[in-house]
This record gives sequence, structure tokens and C-alpha cells, in this order.
Amino acid sequence: MSVLQKPATVRTRGRVGRGVGGFARKWLLFVVLVLLWELVTRLTVSVFFPPPSEIAVAAAKLWFSGPASQLFLGDAVFDHILPSLGRVLGGWLLSVVVGVALGTALGRSRTGMDYVGPLFAFFRAIPPPALVPVFIVLFHIGPGMQVATIIFGSLWPALLNTVDGVRSVDKVKVETARAFRTPRRYWIGLVVLPAALPKIFAGLRLSLSISLILMAISELVGALNGIGYALLAAQQAYDYDQMWAWVVLLGILGYGFNAALLAIERRVLGWQPGRN
Amino acid sequence: MSTMLEVSGLSHRYGTGDAAHVAVRDLSFEVAAGQLACIVGPSGCGKSTLLRAIAGLLPPTAGTVSLHGDRVTGVPDDLAVVFQDYSRSLFPWLSVGKNVEFPLRWSKLDKATRRTRAREALSAVGLSGVEGKLPWQLSGGMQQRVSIARALASRPALLLMDEPFASVDAQTRFDLEDLLRRVQTEQGTTVLLVTHDIDESVYLGDRVLVLSKSPAHIVADLPVGLPAQRDQITTRESSQFVSLRSEVARLLHGPAATAAADAAEWAAAEQADSTVSKVENAQN
Amino acid sequence: MRFVRNLIGLLGFLLIWEAVVRVGWVDQNDLPPPTVVFARIGQLLGDVEFVRDVVASALAWVIAMAISVVIAVPAGLVLGSVRWLREATKAVVEFLRPIPSVALIPLVLIVIGGGPEAKISLAVYASVWPILFNTIYALAEIDPLLVETARSYGTPRSRILTSVALPHAAPFVFTGIRMAAAISLIVVISTEFLAGAKLGIGQFVLEASSGANRMDLVLAGTVVAGVLGFIVNEGLERLGRRLFRWSTDEGTAA
Repeated sequence: MSVLQKPATVRTRGRVGRGVGGFARKWLLFVVLVLLWELVTRLTVSVFFPPPSEIAVAAAKLWFSGPASQLFLGDAVFDHILPSLGRVLGGWLLSVVVGVALGTALGRSRTGMDYVGPLFAFFRAIPPPALVPVFIVLFHIGPGMQVATIIFGSLWPALLNTVDGVRSVDKVKVETARAFRTPRRYWIGLVVLPAALPKIFAGLRLSLSISLILMAISELVGALNGIGYALLAAQQAYDYDQMWAWVVLLGILGYGFNAALLAIERRVLGWQPGRN
Repeated sequence: MSTMLEVSGLSHRYGTGDAAHVAVRDLSFEVAAGQLACIVGPSGCGKSTLLRAIAGLLPPTAGTVSLHGDRVTGVPDDLAVVFQDYSRSLFPWLSVGKNVEFPLRWSKLDKATRRTRAREALSAVGLSGVEGKLPWQLSGGMQQRVSIARALASRPALLLMDEPFASVDAQTRFDLEDLLRRVQTEQGTTVLLVTHDIDESVYLGDRVLVLSKSPAHIVADLPVGLPAQRDQITTRESSQFVSLRSEVARLLHGPAATAAADAAEWAAAEQADSTVSKVENAQN
Repeated sequence: MRFVRNLIGLLGFLLIWEAVVRVGWVDQNDLPPPTVVFARIGQLLGDVEFVRDVVASALAWVIAMAISVVIAVPAGLVLGSVRWLREATKAVVEFLRPIPSVALIPLVLIVIGGGPEAKISLAVYASVWPILFNTIYALAEIDPLLVETARSYGTPRSRILTSVALPHAAPFVFTGIRMAAAISLIVVISTEFLAGAKLGIGQFVLEASSGANRMDLVLAGTVVAGVLGFIVNEGLERLGRRLFRWSTDEGTAA
């Protein structure tokens, strides 16, 4: 899990300041592909593959057709999108808090990981959806089971990356901090966590994308509302425009979450050479 | 002059039994207050071990270290260390100013005083107005100035320096050497500097301690009679400098050093009581 | 010593699990204790049908990995060495990558159906990204000094790719493959579970949970899946350490 850090920083490095030209170049192919998609689907006419314009219309009807009192947001936003967002962000935040705290403790301890390392590596290898039936009987269908699934999947990357980051604090920095008599109560906040932060963030990004996947899965299997539930309902009602709208929304959410976390990371890790 | 640092009978051994490696053997010396003492020795002779033991970072296996009469057990309150590798020793997530303030954070000073102290220390090393920069935005020589400023900001009674100028280019090195002499005279700090560079030890030191090969022990303790005001060109061409550096070089590389090292090795072999090493030595 | 601690940790976890159930904090039918689960695993391993399920999942996983490598490595090499192409495709890649592969299940089901093709295509979709990203990154971030050194010896351009860029990229690509292996195994089993395949560990878990609510079988299947994933990951990690002992880079991924 020591993996996963640089590419994001590399990918984002050039983005700032290159301005409109860069923006256009970046999205040009995207726009071309969407247009191509529109053209092909219009020409071939398949119920399964509606043209993007029709998906957009369906999406607008679903999400932006509400009364002014709801800021014009459709009922679907309140019935499905907001509960999903609550679960995914709630589950992820819990994972982050527990994972970073426990990971710091385990990384600082000399033998802690010897006891639980293989166990956690095994937990990480378990496909979380396979545990959904167990979570359903333990927590019943509803938010509890969904959040449990999300936490079970997203905890390990956050935790193991934190352990790794805390473990790999540079020896010279440790000696420097010791030579300046850094008191115990300052040690974690001033030395260990800042040094481990790049690796922790890599773990957070991975665990956020896993959270989103598990949110969708747990809602496909056992939910009474949520994006996954609505997606499945649309499919079963043969409403492929709507189904596509939900799939696209999941893509937008994945993209948005990743971008938001990268923005935070850019601020927090702004001290790294080569950033910004 | 009073004694600032007293090292007596210091030994350090890594590991135990046959695998043990004796890095430092039975070292004793004193450094007077306000003195700039240089320790020079061949690469890998155990200089760093010695320095870490004095700093209280590493408990020695035998012997004692005392700072102004107090026995050193952990890192003492009024001691500062400058490491060779500035790029790893400065905290990359802190600005230059915050790096210098770092050791003051748990002192009783208030925020404004800490900031003034940091600014003073930075201007003492010729770096004003870079407080807001990040370490990597400065050149290597400037970064090492920052770590010297950080060490000075806590006004240490003893400043330990571990090969502080080994990672900078030659010109910067001269500048930093002169800077150290100047600041040390101005502030009256006691400095113990470890280096493998003979010229540097003679140029900088009020006194040069020559160490043998590993396990390190003192081969010679030479006073440097050069004038307090030193100059990179005139000092280095003076006959006194030249003869001193030759003396140190002979001590380091000449038969005396080799004989001493051999004797130490022989003793170590005896002590290890390993028949194998005895046979090998006999064959030699 | 370390191994002993590993064992203590593992046994400790199983003991707590056993105790929690035996004391009665949770219903034994909801969460069977490890003694029951492991007994069930023992029986299942002698059961031809279960073994066939495991083989089906493993086979789908191997095929998916092979396809992903064949697609992602060459694509990554091209995107990594041709700058304008990389810039142009960036937005598309960045948009497609975070789409949770499993969200595409309903789509795949109606287009491809519920056969093994479904899980394989989803696993490929999920595992292409880490490999692609690591390959692009490795090539785009190659130390110019390495290339300049090779050039100064008069190495032709084509040789620079094969004898400098590829060896440099290899550990990164391998890390990508290792991550993709973990992800695609999870996707294969998840798809079997969600889409109701004919064979596979996921299908086994689905069948055990629906109707009879046999949590002992669910957990037995889950543990086997976890062990499989653990072995694959550990094996690849060891292989990587052996193959790329010269590399100081830890390998990086998206």
C-alpha cells in the first residue's frame, strides 16, 4: 500500500495557470467523444443505448423539475441522491477517523502490526460485497448495513497507508526532532503526521473511491432508496434513459469526489516541492 | 576557563557476542567553554556514534558524558545539533521561519519573542527576509545556514555539528566555515564539530582531536595556534597552517595511526576470544 | 518471533469472534462462530461443486487480468511517450476512471447478459486503470538524466525505449498489475454475487444467503475468497520484490 501517490500530483501540476487554452485542449476530446456517441446512437437506434441528449433530458426531468420551494430540485434528489451522499461521506469519514487514528497507533508501536498485519491484509482482500448478506442479517436492510459495508471496504486502505506513512518517517528528521527535545505530546502532531501525510492522502483517495463503489453496490442489493436503488429500479422498469442518467451521475460523483479531495490535498501538501 | 563538556571512558559497541562491532573505544577528553573543537578521523571511524552519544541520542555502552558538570542521560536542554544532511534535517512542511522557531516551541517564550529570536538567528547567518519560504526553495548552502540558525536560535551551551559542510560545494563551504567562526566568536558558543576533512578541522578549530580508525580512540590532541581572526587565503598559506595540517595528515594516515589501529584491532580480537580471528591475525 | 505474533493475532481474533457468539451477543444463525465456519470450509473443499465455483472465479480472474494487461500496458506506453495524446485523452480518462465498475452491472447485464463475459468485462474495466496510470506515470516521469546518459553513449532512440524506458517503467507497471489483480478479483466475485452468474464464489454466497439464509456458508465462501485474494496479493508482492530488487522506487499508482 505504499503505492499511490505521485501520479495525481503530476497530473494536476500543470493544470493551474495554463488557463483557457489548456482547459479547451483538455476537454476537447471529451466533447468530441460525446458528440460521436450522440451521432452513433442516433444512427443505430438501440433501446439500450439512448443518445446522450436524451439521457440529459431524462436527467433534467429527474433532478431539476422540482418546485421553487425545493430550489427546483426534483424529488429524486431528496429521495435518492442526498441519502446516498450522506451514507458515502459518513462512512468514508468514519473510516478515515478510525483508520488514521488506529494506523498512527499501530505504526508507532513496535510490535502492533506483527499481531494484526496479516489479519488486516486478509480483511482487505475480502470482496466486501460478499459480506453484504452478513451485514444485512446483522444490521437489517437500511443505512446501517450500507454504512457497515462502506466502512469495511474503505477502512483498510486508510489504515494501512497510515501505518506505512508513520513507519517511514525519515530517520534524520526523527533524530533532529529528538535533538531539539520535542516533547511527547507534540511528537505526533509536529513530526509524525506531517511526514506521513502524503501517504495518508494516497490512502484517503483510494478509500473514497472504494466508498463510492460500495455505496452503489450496497444500494443495488439491499436498500429502499439511494442512487443504486434508483438505478436498478430504472433498469427493471425498462427506462434506459433514466438508468443511464444514474450511471452518468455515479461517474460525475466519482470525478467530483476525486477532484475535491485533490484540491484539499493541494492545499494541505502545498509544501511539497514540485507542487503548484 | 571552565569545562563545558567532559567525556570520560566512553565506549560504544553495536550488537553482542561475536557479531559485536566496537565503534568507539575508551574515549576521554574535555572541551572548555567557548572553545571550538574539531574532531577529525577517517570515514566510518565511529565519529557519528561519538557525536550521538554526546548528544544523548544514543546511550553509550560504557563511560560518561557530562555537560557543564551534569551527567548526560537524555538529550540535554541546552544542546543543539546540526546534521550533515540539511535536506533531510529541515522539516519540509514548515517554512524557513517555522523551522528556526521549531526548538523554541516548547520553551517558555511567547510567540512574538520566538519570532524575533528566529529572525535574529536567521540574520546572524546572513539570511534575512526568507522566513516565509519553504526549505526546498533555497539553495543547499542556504538550507544549511537555516539549520545553523535553527541550532543557534535556542542559544545552546554546546553546539554539536556532524560533518555540517560535507554536502555543499567548495565555495559555499568556505563561506559557511567563515560564518561559523564569526558567529561562534560573537555568541561565545562552545562548538564540537566532527569532520573527515583535515584542512577544515585545522582551519576552523581552536583545537583538533585526531581519531583513529574504527574503533575510534584519540590519537592526538593538538592545539591550533593560529590567530583567532582567520582568512581563507592567508591562513591557509601560512606555514603554521601547512605544518599543522601535515601533522594531522601523518597522524591519520601515517604509521602511528596504522599501528594504533592494529593494536586496537588486536585487542578487540583478544577480547572477542574468537579462535578464528586469532588464527587470522597470527597468519598476518 | 514475528510469525508467533502473527499467529497470536490471528488466534486472538478468532477467539474473540467465537466468544462473542458463544456468549450470545449475536445470534448464532446471524453470525456463526469460526469453529462452525471452518468446519464448513473443510467440508466444502471436498465438495466438487464448490471447488468448481472457486475454479470458475479464479479462471475469470486470470482471463480478465490477461486482457487488462494486453490493453493497458501498450496503451500506457503510447500515452506515456506521446505528450499531446496524453494531454488530449486526460479528461476522458479522468472521467471514466472513477466510474465505479460495479455501477455498470445493470448496463452490462442488459448488453452482455449474465454469463462469464459479464464479470470478465467488468473486471477488465476496473483493472485497466491502475495499470494504465502506472505505465503512463512511469514513462512520463522518467529521469531525463537517464535518457541523456543513454543518448551520450549514442544509443539510438528505439533502443532507449527498450533498454532504458522499459526497465525503468517495469516496477511501476508491475505495481499497477498487482493493484489491478486485487481489484479485479473483488469485481469478479462481486459481479457473480450481484448479477447471479451460473458458477463462482460470488454465486455460491448469493445462493447461500437467499432463501435458506445459511450464514455459515456465506462466511465460508467469503473466507475462501479472502484467502484467495490474500495469496494472490502476497504472491505478487513477493514476486515483485524478487524481480525488481534493483529498484529503490516503491512503485506508484493512481
